[in-house]
Amino acid sequence: MDVLLDNLDLFGPFFLRTIELFLISAVGSLVFGTILAMLRVSPVPVFRAIGTAYVTIVRNTPLTLVFAFFVFAYPLLDIVRIDYFTAAVVSLTVYTSAFICEVVRSGINTVPVGQAEAARALGLTFGQILGQVVLPQSLRSVVPPLISTLIALLKNSTIAGGFSVAEAGAIRQYISERGDSQLVALLWVALGFIILVAVLSFVQRSLEKRWSVAR
Amino acid sequence: MRIRTLAAGLLAGGLLLTACGKEGTPAAPGGDTSGANTAALPTYTVAQNVDLAGSPVFAKIKSAGTVTVGVKDDQPGLGQKDPTTGQFQGFDIEIARMVAAGLGIAPDKIKFTTVDSAAREQAIANGQVDYYVGTYTITDKRKNLVSFAGPYFQAGQDLLVRADDTSITGPETLKGKKVCSATGSTPIQRVRDQGLTEPGNIVEFQKYSQCVDKLLTKEVDAVTTDDAILKGYAAQDKANLKVVGKPFSQEPYGIGLNKDDKVLRTKIDDLLQASLDDGTWQKIYDATLGQSGATATKPTIQRY
Repeated sequence: MDVLLDNLDLFGPFFLRTIELFLISAVGSLVFGTILAMLRVSPVPVFRAIGTAYVTIVRNTPLTLVFAFFVFAYPLLDIVRIDYFTAAVVSLTVYTSAFICEVVRSGINTVPVGQAEAARALGLTFGQILGQVVLPQSLRSVVPPLISTLIALLKNSTIAGGFSVAEAGAIRQYISERGDSQLVALLWVALGFIILVAVLSFVQRSLEKRWSVAR
Repeated sequence: MRIRTLAAGLLAGGLLLTACGKEGTPAAPGGDTSGANTAALPTYTVAQNVDLAGSPVFAKIKSAGTVTVGVKDDQPGLGQKDPTTGQFQGFDIEIARMVAAGLGIAPDKIKFTTVDSAAREQAIANGQVDYYVGTYTITDKRKNLVSFAGPYFQAGQDLLVRADDTSITGPETLKGKKVCSATGSTPIQRVRDQGLTEPGNIVEFQKYSQCVDKLLTKEVDAVTTDDAILKGYAAQDKANLKVVGKPFSQEPYGIGLNKDDKVLRTKIDDLLQASLDDGTWQKIYDATLGQSGATATKPTIQRY
């Protein structure tokens, strides 16, 4: 308890930073991942190829490498200077989007083809079919894997601690220099994450209940 | 047909991936320390018939015939491992060799082990290392866990800046400048606590070498930590880097030892005192950290 109370000035702001990092990247990857999924199911072969290439490359690259790229290599290109928090958000979003894309795509596959065909018969465009008929149904059926991916994102955000973002992943190093027990500190960090994941699990359960599709 | 497309796709993906990997991995710094003007390192005479009654660590060293020394391997000028030869070099390494010689251990019987800052206390308590020489600041809190011989070096927090930068002359000129140090390290916590620069200008990476990279690419304006560490980087790249030279804290480096081994501590204190008196210490400094052009004040041994 002492380790937590003596270092509340660390745990408080650092966990807030983690939550901030998570929320922004989560929204970013949900949007970008859905766009990618739309690319992957679009009737245009070039779009499909772009989507597939992105997912294949990014999903196979370790997240630390993505971080290293945006923090150490990207600035050398001298395009737009970004601060380290933005770099962390971009890295997490780029990486998580590939996973979200596949989750959303698997959801799209659960919607019977007849639905899209019926919509097309009514004269809806591709965008309308996807946006009004297929995607709403598919998102409902992928709530659990979607939340799992977001939980992974939450935990992955600790990598930012090594790249100049003062978030929960950096707490251990601060504690080590202050001379308090690192093991106890790590247990408190773990507890913090358990609480955050519990919140996400609760969201998952309530969404599942509300959105369950009767088939 | 399908299999062929898949194979081609995988191959293309693989090629792209390897390219990505190369991009993300920073190149190892050159670190050419074999300059022609290197002052010669002193040689140490191995003491004969050393006996320290009542020192469990020394008994272990003597029965094994070898000594295991904990060091750092990524600090130029202090403790650095040459990636090609696997040899360790630097000020801390020489101090460790000098102490080993004083304990009657021949140079080829010294085993250097890299121990990270966060694992030091544990490595000493577990007996993984017999003693530890690696920019280990003596503090009262740490004295509860290990004991310290020395200090063998008096360091202080300082600033490393680009050689052509005249705007930073000390800690009070840091306002509005980007300052980098190792994640959670005491120096960066001091910068934050004393408000030397705005919180938004504080940059933290895992390793000091990453900060030095960022300093050279002008993404940060100063790297802060103990002057000993900074002098090592300045000595490596004299054309582009300099140490400001106004230390603003006291960081006495000690040799970390088993908490209960007072006999060995006293012996190492004696060895350090002798090297300070006969000029060996100065020779070690001149051949290592002294290459940066900065001078050092001799430490005063604290016996407790």
